[in-house]
Amino acid sequence: MMVTNPTSTSAAFLSMLKRDLLIAYRRKNDVVNPFMFFFIVVSLFPIAISPDPEKLGEIAAGVLWVAALLAGLLSMDNLFRADYEDGSLEQLLLSPHPLYFMVLAKNISHWLVSGLPVVLVSPLLAYMLNLPAESYMTLFLTLLLGTPVLSLLGSIGVALTVSLGSRGLILAVITLPMSVPVLIAGTLAVQQNLNGDALAFYLAILGAMLLASIALAPLASAAALRISVN
Amino acid sequence: MTIASRQDSADSGSRQLMLSAANLFCERDDRILFQGLNFEIEEGQVLQITGSNGSGKTTLMRILCGLNDGYRGMISWYGKEISDQIENFYQSLLYIGHRVGVNKVLTPIENLRWSCCLQTQIEDERLMEALSIVGLRGFEESQCFTLSAGQQQRVSLARLLVSPAKLWVLDEPFTTLDLRAVEQLENFVADHAGAGGAVMITTHHDLKITNLNKLDLG
Repeated sequence: MMVTNPTSTSAAFLSMLKRDLLIAYRRKNDVVNPFMFFFIVVSLFPIAISPDPEKLGEIAAGVLWVAALLAGLLSMDNLFRADYEDGSLEQLLLSPHPLYFMVLAKNISHWLVSGLPVVLVSPLLAYMLNLPAESYMTLFLTLLLGTPVLSLLGSIGVALTVSLGSRGLILAVITLPMSVPVLIAGTLAVQQNLNGDALAFYLAILGAMLLASIALAPLASAAALRISVN
Repeated sequence: MTIASRQDSADSGSRQLMLSAANLFCERDDRILFQGLNFEIEEGQVLQITGSNGSGKTTLMRILCGLNDGYRGMISWYGKEISDQIENFYQSLLYIGHRVGVNKVLTPIENLRWSCCLQTQIEDERLMEALSIVGLRGFEESQCFTLSAGQQQRVSLARLLVSPAKLWVLDEPFTTLDLRAVEQLENFVADHAGAGGAVMITTHHDLKITNLNKLDLG
């Protein structure tokens, strides 16, 4: 028969990553939506609360973090939906490679497309909200460490709900409670920085959360996907 | 592959038992789909699963592929229990279900590249050749949402030509295909069986294949 040359897991991982980035590139609104949402939500606060720079500076970190969390949630649903509907997800489950890496590849490409732009633009919006300049770097770092955690946790919720016909708010109900520790650590870190205290502790906590969720969340997502296609 | 060589391999008698299921039981929504179901598939065999709508054909196939674990019984792959060697099994399995696994914003060649890469590394020339054999020459670079349902189905059928999988599990592969494509797919199936592979297929269509085995779910 044919000469067979089985794919290595790393090649399958890269192929998965490439495919998802290509799909994101073709479906540009998926990329722009969370970004625009983030921008709009943040710009509503000065209008609704007060344009007073003092007040804005106080709430800036919290506003940016909550907006980033909601923007991430908004885009989460795309993660497995299309693949579930067109049957690609079944093919993924039937691949000889560990599902962990396949799910991780999907998570990474999803974060690159929907999380990273939000992180990159956050200093600009922080400037708009009059966050003290010395905290830009802290905000940027905490978001850089925190948004991948939010994506990874969200992916578990998406995997659990992908086969439900009408999901409505259930994804938010599952995901948001899990996200609270990240939100607390992220906003506290910026607060510490504003007070002039050391923030290594909070960054370490966020880093630990990131490593733990990279190690564990794809496993949970993979198990949830197997249940969802059952 | 010619008819003659197909007969040869059928007569050689050295065919190995590939997949066997013993005493399968499956219940869905308090209704028993099948119980005490036993069957075997040997190398070189085509097994057509028949039965009325809702008799559990798709469920049976999904159980065999490991997509559904709501069953009792024993499934073995080359004599050993399947769950102990699931990676081996997935390396030799090609499943095409109702939902064919073709992403609509990607082009046929991109879809094929990805779905093959999950299993085997295959050069682009062979993928292109496979696409032109299934009648998609000239559509390689069009996004799949511009293609008809039958053409999207053909994208998934191109995988049959390049995959090294020994067991094909095809769930209603004929539904959207035109007459010529149906005939072509029948030839693919016969050739695969002739080369020592095995095929499980559900269809209500009359297969024109010699050595066809049937399993009726009622």
